[in-house]
Order: sequence, then C-alpha cells, then structure tokens
Amino acid sequence: MGRIQLKQVKKAFGDVTVIPPLDLEIEDGEFVVFVGPSGCGKSTLLRLIAGLEDTTSGIIEIDGKDATGLPPAKRGLAMVFQSYALYPHMSVRKNIAFPMKMAGLSPEEQNRRIEAAAKALNLTDYLDRRPGQLSGGQRQRVAIGRAIVREPAAFLFDEPLSNLDAALRVGMRLEISELHKRLATTMVYVTHDQVEAMTMADKIVVLQAGVIEQVGSPLELYHSPRNRFVAGFIGSPKMNLIEGPEAAKHNAHTIGIRPEHLTVSTDSGDWHGTVGVSEHLGSDTFFHVKIDGFAEPLTVRVGGDFDLHYGDAIQLTPDPALIHKFDAKGLRIT
Amino acid sequence: MARAVTTNRKILNTAIAWGVGLVIFFPILWTILTSFKTEAQAISDPPVFLFFDWTLENYAVVQERSDYMRFLWNSVILAGVSTVLGLIIAVPAAWSMAFVPSKRTKDILLWMLSTKMLPAVGVLYPIYLLFIQLGLLDSRLGLIIVLMLINLPIIVWMLYTYFKEIPGEILEASRMDGAGLKDEILYVLTPMAVPGIASTLLLNFILAWNEAFWTLNLTAAKAAPLTAFIASYSSPEGLFFAKLSAASTMAIAPILILGWFSQKQLVRGLTFGAVK
Repeated sequence: MGRIQLKQVKKAFGDVTVIPPLDLEIEDGEFVVFVGPSGCGKSTLLRLIAGLEDTTSGIIEIDGKDATGLPPAKRGLAMVFQSYALYPHMSVRKNIAFPMKMAGLSPEEQNRRIEAAAKALNLTDYLDRRPGQLSGGQRQRVAIGRAIVREPAAFLFDEPLSNLDAALRVGMRLEISELHKRLATTMVYVTHDQVEAMTMADKIVVLQAGVIEQVGSPLELYHSPRNRFVAGFIGSPKMNLIEGPEAAKHNAHTIGIRPEHLTVSTDSGDWHGTVGVSEHLGSDTFFHVKIDGFAEPLTVRVGGDFDLHYGDAIQLTPDPALIHKFDAKGLRIT
Repeated sequence: MARAVTTNRKILNTAIAWGVGLVIFFPILWTILTSFKTEAQAISDPPVFLFFDWTLENYAVVQERSDYMRFLWNSVILAGVSTVLGLIIAVPAAWSMAFVPSKRTKDILLWMLSTKMLPAVGVLYPIYLLFIQLGLLDSRLGLIIVLMLINLPIIVWMLYTYFKEIPGEILEASRMDGAGLKDEILYVLTPMAVPGIASTLLLNFILAWNEAFWTLNLTAAKAAPLTAFIASYSSPEGLFFAKLSAASTMAIAPILILGWFSQKQLVRGLTFGAVK
C-alpha cells in the first residue's frame, strides 16, 4: 500500500515561504510526476514527503497514518537521488543489501532479494564491483535496486535521469515505467523535463513557485490547461500564445494554439508571414514563422518533408476547435 | 598548455627543497650524532661533526639510571587514549557541524580555535588547583583529560573539513534506507572518512606525544611520559649534553619511526579533498 495525502502542508525557510499551504492526494499504485521550472519547490515537496525536510505546518499521511513527525527511516519509503548517492566504500551487493541490513532481514532473505533485483536490473555481473567502477546508467540501476529490495510503500525519485546522457535517459525512462507496471507500487517522480512527465505519469502535478498550478493526467493537461503557465509548460514545442487584436477576436486576452494545430499553406490561410529558422528532425519539421502584426514569432509543426526555406512566404490557419482562450489573469476561458 | 619547466629550473628547485629540508632536519641529526659522542666531544669547540669516537656509553648510562620503558609506556597510554577519546567526542561534534549547521556553527568553530591562541601557561594556575582538588596530579587519567581537551579543537576542525567533503545526499540516502543516527555514522560516514580520520588520529597522536608543557607541569614520577624523561637529563648548567641527546633520541625514536611509516597516509589525509 502506498497512499500519500498532504493536508495544508507548508514549508518555509526562515521568513521565506517556499511552499504555501497545499493539499495533494496520491493514490495507491499511482505514478505521479511533480514538474515545474527549477526553483518551483518540487524537490522540496518530495523531500517533505520523504521526511528529509520538516514541514513548517500541515499534515502528511501515509496509508492513512500521520507520518508528519516520523524520521525518514520510519516512513517505509525508498528514494532514488539525482546523484545516485551510492555508498562508495561498499560493493554493489552491499549497497543493495544495506536497507535490508538496517531492517534486520536474515542473510538468506537478503541474498534472495539481491539476486532477484540484480537479475531484473541486469546487474548480476557487477555485484562485486564498487560504484566507482560503474557507468552512470549502471549506478542509477544500483540505486533503483537498493530502493526495490526494501519493498517500500512508495518510491520517490528526485530527478533520477538528469545526470545521464540523452540516449540513456530514454532507455532508463522506459525501464522505470516498466518497473512501475510490474510492481504496481506508488511512485512519486520529480523532474523539470516535461517530456519525462508526459511519457511516464498517470498524474502530473505542475508546480510554480511552490503553488500547484494544475493536477491531471498528461492528456488532460495537454488538452485543457487551466492557465497560461500550464499551457506554456506542457507540450513540446511550446504552445504559441498570442495577445492583442487577434485574441480580442475570440473575446479573450490571450489565445493559445499548439504548433501541431496549425495548418500550413503557401496560397491561402488566416495569417500571413515569412519563414524564419526551420528545424528538421526527420520525422517532424518545426518552422519559426514571423506573422505580420504579431509581436512574437509562431512555431509550427509539420511533417518531415516540407520544402520551405528561410524567407519564403507562408500562410497559417489555426484549427478553431483547438484554440485555447485565457483571460487577463491568465485563467482558461471555457 | 602545460607550463614549461626548464631542466636548470628543476635542479635549482630540487636543491632549494633539499636545502630547506636539511636545515629543518639538522637539529635532529645533531642530537642523534651528539648522543654517540663522549661528554667532552659533545661540548668541544670547534664542534666535531662525524669524526669522533663513536660510543654507546650514553645510552647505557641513561638506561641504567632511569626506567625508559616506564616512560615509554606512559607516553603510549597518554597519547593513544587521549587521541581515541578525542575522536569519539569529535566525530559526532564534527558530524553535527558539517551536516546540520546552525547560524552559530562558524562562531563555535572559531571559538574552539581561539582556545589554542591562549598561551597554556595562562591557565596553568587554575588547572593546577583543579588537579590538586580532584587528586589528579601525577595521574595518567588527569593528563589524558588535559591532552584530549587541548587537542580537541584541532581534531574537530580536521574532521569537520573532511566531513564537509562528503556529499550530504549519501547520508540522506542512508536515512531513507532505514539507518538511524548511530548506523549512519558507523556504517556510512566513518568508513567514507577513513583517510581523514586516520590522518587526524596520527597527527594528534604525534601532538600528544610531543606535548611538553602540561606533561612536565602536572606529573612527577608515576605518570611521567618521555617528555619528562628528556627533561630529567637537562641540567641548568648545560652539562651532560651527550646523555641529554641520548635520552632525546630514545624519546623521539618511536614517533619518528611511526611518522616515517605513515607519511603517505599523513600526506594523503592532509590533502584529502583538495583534488577530486
């Protein structure tokens, strides 16, 4: 079981409030991702759940029991750190065994679990090595192994993939998702990378300056962002946000249109402009288009083979059903 | 680009280094040489360097007159126990200052260091009176406490610097893994800080071994370590230089040998964390 509830949890360092009182429910077995720009308080929130930071006020319940005052060791949670935080003086085997040793498990049971974890994580050949002799990806797997063997109520991940190179990151992302499907244990995952959030989460919590901007499934956030911040943060490339007369036509202060919801043409369209820089990814092409009368250039996403060049004339038409409207406060107008 | 160092420059640097090394080592060498001279040769003018009648007589006399082993044993006990005791107190202290610092941590560190700035003789009177009151004069226990306390600031400082180099996340990981404070210090922090702890231990053993002010002033016969052994051969008239030298050589030999064999560890510990 791993149901985590935050009730009016607040964190302040001295006079600086990092997290104003907030409520959050994490259901058992859910994969929840905290996402937001750096300094938004997502790591602090995770550390509050872990017990590595004390709450200033409010209650944290784990499986219905008040865990607010419990030390991290007593909360039954496991954590994977960005720096891996392996014990450099212990072999991989001893690293993985450490939480079980602390829990007082029998050596036979420890060995059984170590073997199982090592097999699942492809670490069998490395059990007698020291962390210093492993690559980044292997170290991260050891950190995950160390977390698994405790059979925790929930896993906490603090930006676990940030130190890995891009290719490895995609691989580990899949491995963690796979692990979640297999163990069906609650996972709370912190990242600043919205792609990780979108691909892994059952539920995304978008944070800004310690405040929860929106909670929802990846597609809810994509289709109906509650405000301009979420609209701009979720989705890659970012949503185009347009203010001024064009927005007024839709009775809004700001309108938003995603790059993939614009139709490109050379002979007809609502908005006329010129092609700026284009980025070819093979599968997709992103055009940055300067539209006459718009303050900011728009980003357009089209198929891979699109023969338009810098300076060419271009016409864009937004899909009217997929225009997001926001009021002067930045809140969504439905 | 690597800095080009010419061969001449290298030779010059090496020569200077050797020169400085020899100047520092010369008094020790002279003491050792003198210990093999007769009393007359020891004070002869001009002094003789190597060409004298080598004799072991001074060692024989010193050994005959005083019980070297008893002084040696006291030195070992005083330096060893005070250092270990200091470490036991300093590890948790340095842990708290390195990993859960408060606003006052820097002040506490400075304050501790400031106690080393006071000349020892400044507190001789109160400590002497305390020792009389507590019946600690000429006792090993009393000296162990004093030696431990005077070296404690250095132990805490050294450990604090080593602990600062250890990433806090590793300790947090151990907490998440279910380790209590004791387990965290015992299984994670201490093994990781072994090079630092070892050099702290060595350095403080040497400091305690060579400490002469308190060991001379607070002991008479029972608890007297090798410093007192040396002092017992110095006479106000400056006679018996050869015997004094023999006693000195015997007193510093153990620590010199220890230092020689652990120099790698000492250097490693003292530069720990300087290069990552």
